[in-house]
Amino acid sequence: MLGTGIIKGMAETARNFFGSYADPERLVTVEYPEERLAPKENARNFPFLVYDGDNPMAGLRCVACQICEKECPPKCIYIVKDREKKPDFVGKPQFQPKVFDIDISVCMSCQICVEVCPFDAIKMDTEFELSRTDRFGGLLFDKHELARSNEHYQRIHPTEAAEIDARREAEVAKAEAKARADAEAKAGEKTGADAKAGGGAASPASGKKSTPPGKA
Amino acid sequence: MNPGFSILALIVLMGAVGAMTLRNLVHCALSLAVTFAGLAGLYLALGAEFVGLAQVLVYIGAVAILIVFAILLTRPLDTAQARPFSATWVAGLAVALIVFGVLSMAIHRSGVGADRVALSGGVTVREIGDLLMTWYVVPLEVVGLLLTVALIGAVIIALREEAPRAEDAAGDGPGKGIGKEKEPGHREP
Amino acid sequence: MNGMREAADQIFVNAKHWLVEWMPPALQPLSSILLSVSAIVSVFALLFAITTIVERKGLGRFQNRLGPNRVGPFGWLQPVADGLKTLTKEDVVPRAADRLVHFLAPLALVVPVFLAFSVLPIGRNMAAIDLDAGLLFFFAVGASSELAVFMAGWSSRNKYSLLGAMRAIAQMISYEVPLIVSSLTVVMMAGTLSLVEIVRVQADFWHGLPQWHVFTPWGLAGFLLFFVAATAESNRSPFDIPEGESEIIAGYYLEYSGFKFALFFLGEYLGLFAVSALAVTLFLGGWSAPVSLLAWLPSWFWFFAKLCALIAVLIWVRATLPRLRMDQLMRFAWTFMLPMALINLVVAAVWHYVGGGLAGWLIGAVLLAVPYVGLGLLLGRPGGFRKRTYRFAD
Repeated sequence: MLGTGIIKGMAETARNFFGSYADPERLVTVEYPEERLAPKENARNFPFLVYDGDNPMAGLRCVACQICEKECPPKCIYIVKDREKKPDFVGKPQFQPKVFDIDISVCMSCQICVEVCPFDAIKMDTEFELSRTDRFGGLLFDKHELARSNEHYQRIHPTEAAEIDARREAEVAKAEAKARADAEAKAGEKTGADAKAGGGAASPASGKKSTPPGKA
Repeated sequence: MNPGFSILALIVLMGAVGAMTLRNLVHCALSLAVTFAGLAGLYLALGAEFVGLAQVLVYIGAVAILIVFAILLTRPLDTAQARPFSATWVAGLAVALIVFGVLSMAIHRSGVGADRVALSGGVTVREIGDLLMTWYVVPLEVVGLLLTVALIGAVIIALREEAPRAEDAAGDGPGKGIGKEKEPGHREP
Repeated sequence: MNGMREAADQIFVNAKHWLVEWMPPALQPLSSILLSVSAIVSVFALLFAITTIVERKGLGRFQNRLGPNRVGPFGWLQPVADGLKTLTKEDVVPRAADRLVHFLAPLALVVPVFLAFSVLPIGRNMAAIDLDAGLLFFFAVGASSELAVFMAGWSSRNKYSLLGAMRAIAQMISYEVPLIVSSLTVVMMAGTLSLVEIVRVQADFWHGLPQWHVFTPWGLAGFLLFFVAATAESNRSPFDIPEGESEIIAGYYLEYSGFKFALFFLGEYLGLFAVSALAVTLFLGGWSAPVSLLAWLPSWFWFFAKLCALIAVLIWVRATLPRLRMDQLMRFAWTFMLPMALINLVVAAVWHYVGGGLAGWLIGAVLLAVPYVGLGLLLGRPGGFRKRTYRFAD
């Protein structure tokens, strides 16, 4: 009959009205600044640079390879390579960024920089309270503002971070084993090793020299 | 002449002049609504409460809206500008003068001005209702019938548009303009 | 005890007389008018402020939300913040707008709505003017607000505004007919158009029970019809198609900002209060108490209690029902509301001649229930609310 649906609907909303006072569980609102939802592991917002250890600039994983800069669709990353090298986590000397800027007013949070980074140096943050009074300079983050410790990364994305840490530890162990083996080999045959070691050192250097034109 | 009447008369006249002379047709219609409101005020000032309020209800609430709708539905918005004088303004003036003459003559002859009776406290709605239901019941019924006929006629005229459309869909319509270009059975569900 | 009751009941009337007597005799009529006007303006504007926050909080609760709770304790100062915001906002007028009409439209909307309150008896001896044709006056000023809606929609030079205005006018004209016809039953039975008289007819008690018009078959049907039509007249959900946010943004007041927007908002809510107050006056006994035991409470208290109850029901309806489509709206008005209102006139006439009582109830119930079910089936049949076919836009 005409009107029964209306009465049913009215009863439903009345139940909501009184129920919301009787049972606070019904209220789904999270009163944001005071209350917060538990962080979600797969959340992502804007990229940050990971560093190991205590010193952000010394421990920065980034080697200024500029892959992310090239891949970034809205071109919000700007990198200048430093002339000086610093040792990476396995002790190999690597380049480091002199300037690493991300304009997060341009960034579209696509995570492509993270996908392409071979060094696990850039990851996505979950920080979202980024409002600034200056919308141009304030939203252009340099490498000091972008640097976050590995502990931070482990906290926000525990699964991913554990996997990466395990891989890096394995690499460190492999490098150490190799160094040990090399040292033992060096100790074993001192005479013929000099020429071999010289050749071994020269070939990576020439390879490195040949890469920049190949890349360009 | 009391000041209330003067103000109301001024409003009525200004509204009427505006309705005649304004360039924008919608402005003319709104100006006409001002005239209606002024007339209602005059009725109220004369103690004719019922007539005055009925004037507001019917003329501002319905007739003005009808005029405005007619303007909006019949011509594009941007060309709602019209010259104050049409090509046949002489004929219009003549007709207006003749109507005015006839009306004023009728009013003068009817003796409305002669037996000026001081009404005590105006006419109540109840008296009007009683008169309408007893002495004037036949005119009331006739007017009601006339309005009903007009209403039904308007509905029939509005409905007639459906007919060519059905033929149109069948493919053998009057064959004018857009109808012919459509393929037969184009709008069949 | 009786004297105190009387004093509480007539406190505002006496206060006004006392204030007016302070004036020199020449200024007494004017000051009396000004006092009534300022009382109406301030009380109903305050009620508007309270209603906005109650509505927002209530709608929240109906939807299992908290509602506004930031400004002041539990958010109750939200209307103050809203008022300050609208007062300080920039008043933007579109370049193509018709400036004069654009400026006049909010005024032409708010002034008649305030006028409508002047004939409503807010309490015993508390009508600003007791017009012989009070009900007609109410509908006359209500009708003149349609022109204001058109002015707003047309002068904005915006297609959505114009569409909203056209929809609003079409809807208001369509629902004005059942509104007036359903209130005609009361006029028939009370034999007067004066709202003060209509309340007086209902104010007596029969064995301690009220004699309101709503407690008769024609009164109940009339009240429901009136209430539905009043919802449509005041453009409230589910009849809020003239300002449907999702399709025409805000309808006729889309191009208004700042205080002019606030005036439209005010006018809309005051219109809602006015028709609700008229429903209270016509069907719910106006300022009279619901049972004689409670008659010791002042008359104005009962009027506002009933008014607030009706407003609460309107908020509840808004929280429940979705918006109707334009053709459904029109169909409902002309194929259900109007026939029912006309049948209700017949029921009222039968009730008058049978003289009430059980026979009157029986005949009235049959006369109303049969067309209700029949028209309901007609509306509800598979083709009733059918998909719209467009004649000119395929």
